[in-house]
Amino acid sequence: MDKLTDKQKKELKRIIIALVMFILLMITEHLILPHLSISGGPESAPQMPNIIAGAAIDILYIAAYLIVGHDVLRKCLLGIKNKQLFDESFLMTVATFGAFGCGELEEAVAVMLFYQIGEFFQGYAVGRSRGAITELMSIAPDYANRETADGSTEVIDPDDIQVGDVLVIKPGEKIPTDAVVIEGHGFINTAALTGESVPRSVGEGDQVISGCINGDDLLRVEALKEYDDSTVVQILEMVETAASKKSKTENFITRFAHYYTPAVVIAAVVLAVVPPLISGRFTEVFGTWLLRACTFLVISCPCALVISVPLAFFGGIGAASKKGVLVKGSNYLEMMAVLDTVVTDKTGTLTEGVFRVSSTLAAPGHDEADVIKYAAAVEAGSTHPIGAAIIAACSDPFPGSAVKDNVNHAGKGAEASVDGDRIAVGTSKLFDELGIEIPAESKASGEAGGTHCYVAKNGIYIGTVTVADMPKAEAAQAVKEMRAEGVRRIVMLTGDSKETAAETAAAVGISDYRAELLPQNKVRAAEELLAELGGEDEKANRSRRLAFIGDGINDAPVLSRADVGIAMGSLGSDAAIEAADIVIMDDKLSRIPAVIRIARKTIGISKANIVFALAVKFVCLALGAVGLANMWTAVFADVGVAVICILNSMRMLSE
Amino acid sequence: MKKKFKLIDLDCANCAAKMEDAIKKIDGVNDASVSFMTQKMMIDADDAVFDQVVQEAVKCIAKVEPDCQVVV
Repeated sequence: MDKLTDKQKKELKRIIIALVMFILLMITEHLILPHLSISGGPESAPQMPNIIAGAAIDILYIAAYLIVGHDVLRKCLLGIKNKQLFDESFLMTVATFGAFGCGELEEAVAVMLFYQIGEFFQGYAVGRSRGAITELMSIAPDYANRETADGSTEVIDPDDIQVGDVLVIKPGEKIPTDAVVIEGHGFINTAALTGESVPRSVGEGDQVISGCINGDDLLRVEALKEYDDSTVVQILEMVETAASKKSKTENFITRFAHYYTPAVVIAAVVLAVVPPLISGRFTEVFGTWLLRACTFLVISCPCALVISVPLAFFGGIGAASKKGVLVKGSNYLEMMAVLDTVVTDKTGTLTEGVFRVSSTLAAPGHDEADVIKYAAAVEAGSTHPIGAAIIAACSDPFPGSAVKDNVNHAGKGAEASVDGDRIAVGTSKLFDELGIEIPAESKASGEAGGTHCYVAKNGIYIGTVTVADMPKAEAAQAVKEMRAEGVRRIVMLTGDSKETAAETAAAVGISDYRAELLPQNKVRAAEELLAELGGEDEKANRSRRLAFIGDGINDAPVLSRADVGIAMGSLGSDAAIEAADIVIMDDKLSRIPAVIRIARKTIGISKANIVFALAVKFVCLALGAVGLANMWTAVFADVGVAVICILNSMRMLSE
Repeated sequence: MKKKFKLIDLDCANCAAKMEDAIKKIDGVNDASVSFMTQKMMIDADDAVFDQVVQEAVKCIAKVEPDCQVVV
């Protein structure tokens, strides 16, 4: 209990004082006084010392009551003054005053005492979980070291960083704003943002993201963004506003409390007045029924639900962010728990999003390395992704001076003279035009997957380089896990050709795909799938939900159209963070089944809390109404249940 | 204009919901939220009356929970 606020410390002191007083009074009243009165003779009328002692004990009970409960009384009075009736303080005041009225001083003090102990514990538990989550989010930098004109450094507030400032990041410091490394290289820890524990290697020219922690090397960076526009601020804002997008369950609880409390108060009044009236002996039995009504009131407090349900969702969002997944609202978590259809983009989502040479084929008498080497020479300087992939795959390129007379055939390929030989690289169409024959078996074996670049030397085919956007290594596993988590249907949408689409789909284990879609067709496809689930509207009351996974590049319309838009690998991409409902900070598809699991657990816990709290309350209410539950039961039904529910919700935090 | 305020000693979730309702009803408020978990209040109101709205909101909060303070 080291993180108590001042207010909590004061409360704890009051509770301890009142508790000690209460125990001493109980001992005196039940163990000491009876002995004293026996000494006065069993049949004698109450003697003066006993009356005085009794009165003193009563006064001390009231004193203990005031010590522990005066703030509740104050809140109740203020509530009445501000026309905010029916809150907890009001209920507790009425209930304890009722007990006083019936002469049950001991019970009144006990009830107030246990109520306050429960409240204290509740406050402490909520405070702790809040602390755990804000700690999780402690990615905001506190300062930055700016290099001044004379080469020395000054410590400045991150807010004062200007774009273009040169900042020095010492070992172990947080990167204050999104920047590019201009000197030094080392490893940065991105765990706080991505959940990825392996540090990322950075060197000159690499971009670094704010909120990451520098490893053991000194980095000099140039600020690319002001602090307010940096990734870290965007993420923090997102998580903070997440709590305001409420889930259906949370809204239900708020509405429930709205009707429930007045209803219970009316029931209590009826309980206090009607049975005594019917019995015909109003004055004799009114006290008993009044006490029952008060018990009824204490039991009825809805706080267990009102606190524990949002706490579970908050914990769920926190647990997700620990894994590098930002969830923008509890409602999205709720939808993830009942995910039925996942629509996914191909490029950059299921695949790496980068072209790589996937295979090289050499004609008899030629070397595969040579084929690549010649192709790379012709493509030298190309910015086309396929050209770039070939260049990247060549480990031993020709010197630039060896390449001349470049001819570019737009969309088909290119030719150049390399080291005196005329080399052509391109599609079968180009080869047809140039009149170069591609052996049938090379053509056939090149059927599958990716884009084929045929290479010819002096008009004779020497080999094929196949360039493809490879599926991510973990894509197949993630698809399998999503299915295991109850996703019924997974559909891949892509703008690529049917062949490429079919191959990627097969590689990752998806049988349902739509190829050659323009961006607007992707939206339409998503809408059709939504309609199949029983309604295109996100707000529609559907028990099955659709999520779209994309990389945030040109699929923003679909991201916002789906029930849940999930953006992948968007660290640093503002547009994706803006459009998506859930942002996966690193590139890992496996985060999606993980989020489904977290969402399920969150919903499970909040439902368990609702059922448990209501069940206990209704049983106790029924018992209270017929007089079988006393104040102690009532306090358990109120505060005890709240504490149990909160502890249950806190399980989300350890996820 | 949209602005966030920190709240100190916001002790009950139900009160947060009540505050939110009350603040949303203030004239000139487009949107508002009071989060029990983050202990923060967000007000989105017309620029012209923003300061006035904030004062009103502070009053609303004091009414619901007298101990709760708004860091303006």
